[in-house]
Amino acid sequence: MSDLDAFRAEVRAWLEANCPPEMREPIREEGDVCWGGRNWVFKNDAQKQWLDACVSKGYTVPDWPTPYGGAGLTPEQTKVLKQEMKRINARSPLDSFGIWMLGPALLQFGTEEQKVHYLNPIARGEIRWCQGYSEPGSGSDLVSLQTFGEDKGDHWVVNGSKIWTSYADKADWIFCLVRTDKTNKYQGITFMLFDMASKGVTTKPILLISGNSPFCETFFDDVEVPKTQYVGEINRGWDVAKYLLGHEREMISGGGAGGDMVSIGGAFAKAFGKNAAGELDDPILRAEMAAFDTDVFAYRAMGERFMDMWKTGRAHPASSNMMKYVGTELNKRRHELVMSGGGSEALEWDSEETKGGARARGWLRTKANSIEGGTSEVMLNVIAKRILDLPGA
Amino acid sequence: MPLYHNDDQAMLKDSVAPFVAEQAPVSHLRKLRDEADATGFSRDLWTQFTEMGLPGMLVPEAHGGLGMGHMEAGIVLEEIGRNLTPSPFLSTGVGAVAALAKAGGTQAGRWLPAIASGEAIVALAIDEGAKHRPDRIATTATRAGNGFRLDGKKSFVLHGHVADMSIVAAKTDGGITLFAVPKDAKGLTADPRRLVDSSLASHVTLDGVEVDADAVIGEVDAGGEILDALLAATRTGAAAEMVGVGQGAMDMTVTYLKERKQFGKLIGEFQGLQHRAAHLYGEMEVARATVMKAQQLLDEGSEGAKLMVSVAKAKAGRAANLAVREGVQMHGGIGMTDEYDIGLYMKRDRALAEFMGDVHYHIDQVARMNGY
Ligand SMILES: Cc1cc2nc3c(=O)[nH]c(=O)nc-3n(C[C@H](O)[C@H](O)[C@H](O)COP(=O)(O)OP(=O)(O)OC[C@H]3O[C@@H](n4cnc5c(N)ncnc54)[C@H](O)[C@@H]3O)c2cc1C
Ligand SMILES: Cc1cc2nc3c(=O)[nH]c(=O)nc-3n(C[C@H](O)[C@H](O)[C@H](O)COP(=O)(O)OP(=O)(O)OC[C@H]3O[C@@H](n4cnc5c(N)ncnc54)[C@H](O)[C@@H]3O)c2cc1C
Repeated sequence: MSDLDAFRAEVRAWLEANCPPEMREPIREEGDVCWGGRNWVFKNDAQKQWLDACVSKGYTVPDWPTPYGGAGLTPEQTKVLKQEMKRINARSPLDSFGIWMLGPALLQFGTEEQKVHYLNPIARGEIRWCQGYSEPGSGSDLVSLQTFGEDKGDHWVVNGSKIWTSYADKADWIFCLVRTDKTNKYQGITFMLFDMASKGVTTKPILLISGNSPFCETFFDDVEVPKTQYVGEINRGWDVAKYLLGHEREMISGGGAGGDMVSIGGAFAKAFGKNAAGELDDPILRAEMAAFDTDVFAYRAMGERFMDMWKTGRAHPASSNMMKYVGTELNKRRHELVMSGGGSEALEWDSEETKGGARARGWLRTKANSIEGGTSEVMLNVIAKRILDLPGA
Repeated sequence: MPLYHNDDQAMLKDSVAPFVAEQAPVSHLRKLRDEADATGFSRDLWTQFTEMGLPGMLVPEAHGGLGMGHMEAGIVLEEIGRNLTPSPFLSTGVGAVAALAKAGGTQAGRWLPAIASGEAIVALAIDEGAKHRPDRIATTATRAGNGFRLDGKKSFVLHGHVADMSIVAAKTDGGITLFAVPKDAKGLTADPRRLVDSSLASHVTLDGVEVDADAVIGEVDAGGEILDALLAATRTGAAAEMVGVGQGAMDMTVTYLKERKQFGKLIGEFQGLQHRAAHLYGEMEVARATVMKAQQLLDEGSEGAKLMVSVAKAKAGRAANLAVREGVQMHGGIGMTDEYDIGLYMKRDRALAEFMGDVHYHIDQVARMNGY
């Protein structure tokens, strides 16, 4: 038995003993996702038990080094762990911007002290982070951002506003891009971290077309940020931001776990009934679903290859843009088919049977996939310029 | 196993890629076409292939081959695709070898060493109509004397007119049986047709062809599994070749976008074209990963291989088709000329897409395998 096989057996036994049955169910509603943080209210005991078990093994962030709360697994072991979790349909024990985005950036750019100080609480789900990048005037052209941090010696005084800050009202801390030099566009931005409870920080929720409002406008009014709370170098925050966006795209595209990209035709065949040949009883929808499923299986292979290459440094740095583009467009297509397959039932907005219109709301939410973390158009620009090396305008 | 080429595979690619590009670039295809070559490929080139051990890549070592896998064969096929190289590698070195190796027995002992040594070209006589429908084989094999009598018609048999042996799928009393029918069998006629990509495929007629009992590949009535192995290998191989065709077309096109000027700019500066090129890149990368996944699962003998093979043939079909269509379009008027290579890519893609099941056939298979 190879080491990896032994590891697989060990993981399998551990999961069997530690993953509660309630955590082996598909995510059905918002509260099923465990975000952690100071104010987190566990949905049930199983959710807490599962988080605690994973925290104690370092399995919330399996590939992080052990001093920072991880399990120190190799890429191959991490892949095995993910496969085994997927095999039993285990829910993610903890989802967080800290894990997906800030963590990798700190591992790359943080000081040893910062790593110990910030990463452990992320791994344990104690501090919930939000991302303060976009501004009303700076979306795709992020580097034009205006929020300004004035140098006051040992601290900055930050003024400005951010928009689309996901869960800003629920987050404990923010990682934020702040202009600290107005004369230099790219090399005048600092990557700062600060407590959302700081004086001068206010948030205002934004209602989305899905009827939910996980986003906020965030305002900074003379917020004091100590000069110890920045990552990388002062005025070189853009490097950190770009690195982090790579991880954000990886997450949005579901590159890590393959997302919830499973075959949909099979599920709908039951609702539609089958014809004498055993085929889904709407030939055109069947064809569309089958074409979609084919693309999903293909995309999952791409996700696996991307992760294998990314983790061993073989992937083109801009290949995460490609994953993001392909994955998000695919996910939107999925939800169009889900609505189409669901028929009139899928239209119900708040009935109990539809779990509060979960399908319709989910469908609307996916429209943001190709906007958040950089739009599809911007992804295509990046692929054209950085991978295909097409001449730039 | 990670989904990228390991060091040995990367080395193989480093030796095969320049070899194919130098010995059989697109001009090689043009030459054969312009000379109306009646064989359909170059025997000299096949000798060179043999010297490199390529026809025997998948042949087990016990039969004189290299005992490699589909991942390795795919490396060769991608280069064949990229250079539009006419060659019997796919049907002989991949499809026939998969069937014979799976079956074992007399025919394997006879033909596998001959394939590995480059002596034998083998054709695959499976399809009978214009579309790939391997579940509707009507050719019959009836017991006669010491062996069987074969009657029926086969179509789209690549290299059928020059093959030393054809693997013929026929209906027997209790199922499907595969037969090794030698070139000189009485009653066997192959009528070659030139296809859009300049390759030659035959309409094969079996008119009371008599074969001995030992012509059976594997066991009587038990050809289904062997046929499945043949199909899985050939489809995956065709998908790998299509990735090569698509990649070749895409590379040509991207290069052209960086050279051609209109409206005082390089056309590659126009966002309308940039976005389409970038989209194509994404589709090609997905297709490439999918084909590798299918190769990997086949090499592992995994249960999931069958689904992934259909996914790969469908996905590679879609991606390569996009690559050649965008290729011709983005070349503008020059893309319509015979002199320019991009049109040849479009033609080869069309033939490969049809071979062993088109996109729709395989998407339908995906639905069936998922129970709807
Ligand atoms: C659900 C959701 C969650 C988000 N979460 C966060 C968050 O947590 N933190 C945060 O900081 N931000 C967040 N964002 C913001 C997100 O990053 C921006 O919305 C995104 O970058 C696009 O910017 P914009 O909305 O200003 O659109 P714009 O930049 O104004 O774009 C408008 C349109 O023009 C197109 N366009 C723009 N430039 C080009 C170009 N050069 N070429 C071609 N087309 C172009 C775009 O593709 C788009 O279609 C979130 C957004 C959404 C929808
Ligand atoms: C079958 C055939 C018959 C023809 N008959 C005639 C005829 O009878 N008389 C005659 O005068 N001409 C004729 N033409 C020429 C035809 O009009 C040109 O081929 C056509 O105008 C395109 O020009 P081009 O081939 O130079 O392509 P290019 O202009 O080089 O274009 C190459 C690619 O770049 C794209 N492109 C170019 N500029 C832009 C832009 N600004 N934004 C986005 N994309 C851009 C194009 O769409 C194309 O995809 C014929 C062409 C063909 C193929």
